Amino acid sequence: MTWLSDFFGDPANWSGPGGIPMRLLEHLEFSALALLLATLIALPLGLLIGHTGRGGLIVVVSANLSRALPTLGLLVMFVLLLGTASIWPVIIPLVLLSVPPILVNTFEGIRGVDPELRDAAYGMGLRGGQVLLRVLVPVALPLILLGLRLSAIQVVATTTVAAYTGLGGLGRFVIDGFATKDYASVVGGSLLIVLFALVVQLGFTLAQRVTVSPGVSRRLKTR
Amino acid sequence: MNDGPPTIWEWIARNWDTGRVGSVKDLLGDHLVMSLVPIVAGLLLALPLGLASVRWRWLYQPTAGIFNIIYALPSLPIFMLLISVTGLSKTTVIIPLTFYAMAVLIPAVVDGLGSVPDHVRQSAVAMGFTPLRRLVQVELPIATPVVLAGLRVVAVSSISLVSVGALIGQGGLGMLFTRAYQNPFMPPVVVGIVLIVALALVADGLLVLAQRLLTPWVRARRTS
Repeated sequence: MTWLSDFFGDPANWSGPGGIPMRLLEHLEFSALALLLATLIALPLGLLIGHTGRGGLIVVVSANLSRALPTLGLLVMFVLLLGTASIWPVIIPLVLLSVPPILVNTFEGIRGVDPELRDAAYGMGLRGGQVLLRVLVPVALPLILLGLRLSAIQVVATTTVAAYTGLGGLGRFVIDGFATKDYASVVGGSLLIVLFALVVQLGFTLAQRVTVSPGVSRRLKTR
Repeated sequence: MNDGPPTIWEWIARNWDTGRVGSVKDLLGDHLVMSLVPIVAGLLLALPLGLASVRWRWLYQPTAGIFNIIYALPSLPIFMLLISVTGLSKTTVIIPLTFYAMAVLIPAVVDGLGSVPDHVRQSAVAMGFTPLRRLVQVELPIATPVVLAGLRVVAVSSISLVSVGALIGQGGLGMLFTRAYQNPFMPPVVVGIVLIVALALVADGLLVLAQRLLTPWVRARRTS
């Protein structure tokens, strides 16, 4: 317990470029950038593939491959290839690893919508794009959000590991602390990351509550 | 031998089995142990917990909730926090991976058992099966494909996650990555990534094979 007060009680840990607020901000920045890029790639692609039903194999293969690819290996490989002058050597693997969960869940969500519902929407005179955006997406939203959540988990964890390659973020407290046997920093940093991950989870749970229609989430009894 | 930097093949030949700690063969062995134990332990723990959650429905929500939260925790800080309990050992890597495995397998067991059609269960009851016999001979076999699908996810992700254990020096193929980073050099990284992906594919293939052997009726139904 003295580790905790050593870490959180030290004023030096609260200011400057290596302080908790800056590291927290860095962690948030890298995670958010990677998640945003991954979403911009995976969400439209998943909607398209799910809606047209073409290219489902790509989705399955990419999902399996990304689970097998070791995070740390990718990071080191891109850092050796591209150097550490910019943040891209770290952002690229983060995006690579977080695209598949969004892609798979969006695809599965859209494809899994009851075909009768889809036919009914067409029968009401909606066109393809309208069916997708007004009917399929709202119904598939819980799965799509699950994909985003899994991706966010992946990104937060990988950003932690990325600190190994000299990048900022909360992982630095853990990795630098471990290297210098400063266990106060290791334990304090670890707790901060765990809390960060929990807050991200909570955010997604709340987002789901707000955005998913009551009819879809069965909070509203329809029969 | 030329004097230039070694190619990947030369590097493998030189480092595969040096007889010292940290040869590639050695790391591969570590990697297998650290990924297999959580898969097996996760399954052994998830089965009774999943069965209990089906038997006592109220248990499922809290169990699933807790494991959902655990699943969201990044592995590296969890390893670090565990060091104060289990010290610098392979157990420190194995315990969190076991929990991640349970997070995937408990819902798989529950979904699998939930996919048993009611009339099948009632037939078994009508035929005079005791609850235990019904579980072993009827319900578990029907749940097998769903559980095995979960196990495939667990096997592949567990094999790739073990590499993070290298950051706390616990061996495994991830050590190739840390080694390559400290002494900037590409071959070990490539060898590490290729071996881990290959290991994951082999494990996945074996589980697909297991599914074919364990659930022959799935194919029989499709062809008939």
